[in-house]
Amino acid sequence: MPRDFLKGVKQKYDVIVIGSGLAGLTSANILGRAGYDVLLLEQHYKLGGMATWFKRPKGHIFDVSLHGFPYGMMKSCRRYWCQEIADRIVPLRGVLFDNPQFTLKTTYDRESFTELLQSKFGVEAATIREFFDTARGMNFYDDQQLTTKELFERFFPGRNDITRLLMEPITYANGSTLEDPAITYGIVFSNFMSKGVYTFQGGTDLMIGLMKDELEKNGVDIRIKSPVDKISTENGRVKSVHVGDREIECRSVVSNANLLTTIFKMVGEEQFDKDFVEDAKAVRVNNSSTQVYMALGPDDHLDRDTGDLLFTSTAENFETDLLLSRDVTSRTFSVYYPDTRPHDKRQRHLIVSSTNARWEDWADLDDEAYEASKQDLIETTIDALDKYVPNARERVIFSEAATPRTFYHYTRHHHGASFGTKFEGLPVSQALPTQISGLFHAGSVGIIMSGWLGAINYGVIVSNEVDQLLMK
Amino acid sequence: MTPAEIRAAIIEILETIAPDEDLSNLDDAKEFRDQMELDSMDFLDIVMELRKRYRVQVPEEDYANLVSMQSTVSYLEPKMADLPAE
Repeated sequence: MPRDFLKGVKQKYDVIVIGSGLAGLTSANILGRAGYDVLLLEQHYKLGGMATWFKRPKGHIFDVSLHGFPYGMMKSCRRYWCQEIADRIVPLRGVLFDNPQFTLKTTYDRESFTELLQSKFGVEAATIREFFDTARGMNFYDDQQLTTKELFERFFPGRNDITRLLMEPITYANGSTLEDPAITYGIVFSNFMSKGVYTFQGGTDLMIGLMKDELEKNGVDIRIKSPVDKISTENGRVKSVHVGDREIECRSVVSNANLLTTIFKMVGEEQFDKDFVEDAKAVRVNNSSTQVYMALGPDDHLDRDTGDLLFTSTAENFETDLLLSRDVTSRTFSVYYPDTRPHDKRQRHLIVSSTNARWEDWADLDDEAYEASKQDLIETTIDALDKYVPNARERVIFSEAATPRTFYHYTRHHHGASFGTKFEGLPVSQALPTQISGLFHAGSVGIIMSGWLGAINYGVIVSNEVDQLLMK
Repeated sequence: MTPAEIRAAIIEILETIAPDEDLSNLDDAKEFRDQMELDSMDFLDIVMELRKRYRVQVPEEDYANLVSMQSTVSYLEPKMADLPAE
């Protein structure tokens, strides 16, 4: 008989959280801590969603999305998780840009960028100050007509090189492009510029492990390998959640599944107003990604000067289309030094190359073409790495690739989306409880609620609403 | 609770939210944001703490009332008047 992953689950809960990405985990923790009966269901065998890692033979542990997040993560972890997690958040100081327009190194904060924009790009101090203040003053309810491209054009007309400097890291962080609303850029860029880029020392596995301990301490029931098939409603209210042939009753649901999956697959469009369904159908999911994971040998050493995050490109100019193209010209290398996992005796250097990608470019390849494309991605990436890690081909002892299909497989996100939805997803996500009482969504939406910090904070915002409803 | 007790309750919440801030010189008439580093998540935390500690609901459309100590206390007065002092 197959193992019953739902063994011991109660008949009824105050809250069922579907999905254990950082938004789902955080919601479950806050509501569990507030004293509610909470059940957390995850379809995969691991918690964390896109905040994940994987192990390979010979002791390699690869992090998928660990480098990096803004300083705000420290505060959010302290407040919504625990001091132990917050204490392990450390800065990444080596951010490198290398492309045909410029090569430079920065600590990626306002001070460093101000200095660079003045000395290397010849921009007046007043213009730089005004740009930073404008970005910092942006709110998500501000004018959405202005695009990021127009924002850059206003302050730095005709300067494609400055556009590249300002945009490349944010595209890596949340998949946004020059065509997205400027407010999404301003909010995320300002978060990073306040104090630079940070990471979690100990690795994603340790962080998710500590979060799991905290959830259990707060009385949350956690079940893995439990995919939700359906959310049932009755008289406009959430009633229960179905996993296989089990029906579990609940007063509210926080879905950390993809927004469109929640609406169209789990609930069903007939349960919503026509206008809402129209709005939901118009929501575009963000792009997906490809990644190449590379490990150096156990006795190899990489100088710290190599940098932590390397934004590299061979394209002459910066354009959104080039960033997504199968003909890869831009790669972000995240370098994981041995101190990523100080407790690990194997002093391993690992490099993960990330490039944004389109689902359509990978979805329909037959098996043979798919494998060949993956291999080509690995080979060209190792070639590109050679400039930063000399003799990369001899030094890389293990490599593997992930594609939009890989991301779909593990997350079940529509089209393998690795950054949630475009901006219009946020109002749809927020309107869900006005359609069905007790039904909430928390996850990467609207670009600003994306990334580790965005996801955690959105989990908090939604928990506040759940608490408000349940306390009535 | 009296307005003075409500004020003390808010100070207690602010101390947990912004442990590094010195609140002894807080000007009640001035906006919090002009005197200390508070972002939108911090305001949300104030709302959540009020609910947790005093079961007071502050709906989203009323968040604007929390800009300064003075406006916060006058907004909460009718909601918290019947609560016993701690």
